Amino acid sequence: MTKAKAYAGWAYATPTALFVLVFFVLPILLVGRMSVSDWGLFAGNRGWNAPENFTAAVDNRLFWPAVWFTLKYTVVTTVILLGLALGLALLVQESSRWTGFLRTSFLVPSALGLASASLLFYALYSPQASPFPGQISFLGTPWSALWSTVALIVWRFAGFYMLLLLVGLNSIPGDVYEAARLDGAGRWQTFRHVTLPLLRPSLALCTILCVTGSLLAFDQFYILTKGGPDNSTVTIVQLVYNVAFQGQNNLGRAAALSIVVLAALLIVNMLQFRGLRGKER
Amino acid sequence: MKNLVRTPQHVLTGGLAIVFLFPLVWAALASVSPQAGTQQTDGWGFGNYATLANYQAGVWQYILNSTAISLLTVAFTLFASVTGGYAFANFRFPGRNALFLVTLAILMVPYATLLIPLYVLLNSLGLQNSLVGLALVLSMFQLPFATFMMRISFEAVPNELREAALIDGCGSLRALLRVLLPATRPGLITVGLFAFLAAWNDFITPLVLISDSDKMPLPLAVANLRGQVMGIVDYGATEAGVVVLALPCIVLFLALQRHYVRGFMSGALKG
Repeated sequence: MTKAKAYAGWAYATPTALFVLVFFVLPILLVGRMSVSDWGLFAGNRGWNAPENFTAAVDNRLFWPAVWFTLKYTVVTTVILLGLALGLALLVQESSRWTGFLRTSFLVPSALGLASASLLFYALYSPQASPFPGQISFLGTPWSALWSTVALIVWRFAGFYMLLLLVGLNSIPGDVYEAARLDGAGRWQTFRHVTLPLLRPSLALCTILCVTGSLLAFDQFYILTKGGPDNSTVTIVQLVYNVAFQGQNNLGRAAALSIVVLAALLIVNMLQFRGLRGKER
Repeated sequence: MKNLVRTPQHVLTGGLAIVFLFPLVWAALASVSPQAGTQQTDGWGFGNYATLANYQAGVWQYILNSTAISLLTVAFTLFASVTGGYAFANFRFPGRNALFLVTLAILMVPYATLLIPLYVLLNSLGLQNSLVGLALVLSMFQLPFATFMMRISFEAVPNELREAALIDGCGSLRALLRVLLPATRPGLITVGLFAFLAAWNDFITPLVLISDSDKMPLPLAVANLRGQVMGIVDYGATEAGVVVLALPCIVLFLALQRHYVRGFMSGALKG
């Protein structure tokens, strides 16, 4: 019976196993092989080329600017987005008809695809079609291009993070607030010493999602700025894409670069898990 | 009295709601209004949509491509996550935990890291420039969420219900089809909705895997439409494209808001 059950279990798991094997495990092995090979986009594998792929990837004149820009963008986005999302969550915490309407309004943008939202803001920011008065240059300087993109991302994702934080807020039991009130805690004290600590797991989840998403930013910059002006908004994933498919057509070097990205992401996430967990104890 | 105190708050929050809704309303209005620098320079109407309809292979071709990709992705994702979720929730077999962990590990790897080898791999499988190949890759990206969601949905079904079906002489497959699938309908809707939205909206995956312009999905076609003629962007047609892209997403979101919210909540609670 148990043996038959094990066979049945494997039979049901087979589609998942095949998917994971062919479209995940095999590509991971292949990208490892490509990263140590001289592998052209059209020419294919032309033999061993390590560690040159890695050194060339790091020596790319856009590598360090891209790393720096991606980090800057990640910090700015995460701080603003999560701060705003927390504010929104507190605003719509009680349920009433009005807050229901507010929640829906904040959430609607998150139904759009990131590419659609970027195209929408591309028109919104354009000198010709923009509804904003005067000649504001939204994408003309490195500074404005960064902040215009952050505005787009905040618009698109604020409702999403508000929702995650709302789940956390609603899971805080009412009697904790009651106790704080009886102890004479004011609004700010309650928020600072009751809400925030109890919200830590939700905030930690949001931080990890937001940091990971921002480090891997691509669509918004590809559509909105194309990395410009003067390559000032090239993110690390954009650099991988450019090395692989635009200009250099060097899949081996792009594979090496993408493995560096993967390793960096794993390290960042490990540090975040530690940092955000550690404070709980 | 209480209402008076709350009025400033209503004004503030109402203003915030307007800020969030404004870009959507603007895009919808701008797409039908007369504007300089578009094909529609005088009078309100659907001139921008006509430009969009006549772009290259025609907007209907791109809508068809996107619909096919999205429906295939929903079908593949539902099939794999229902069978997989059932296996993980109700059976013990060697390698069960390892397979589940590897499935979740898909979340940890950047798209770009996977798309470079997938570009080569799909070529050698004869799936280059293929909507089916694209849908298979998009389904793989959906698997961590979908499998997790279906697993907890099956685990939430009371044991008595499943055992009753088995005692009635149902095999495990019939128990799945007759009893468990109806009982996990909300989970199925959430998984299907997320797979549809993700596939309809994905940009970087088709950008890498599809080079044949007749097979492009709608987001790529609208992005390419900008700056086609001598580098001059037709913003009116872009806005029309955004409306066509966004409309199904917003309708689905409003119709299935409950399921949409549950999808995030399960992640938030268990994550």
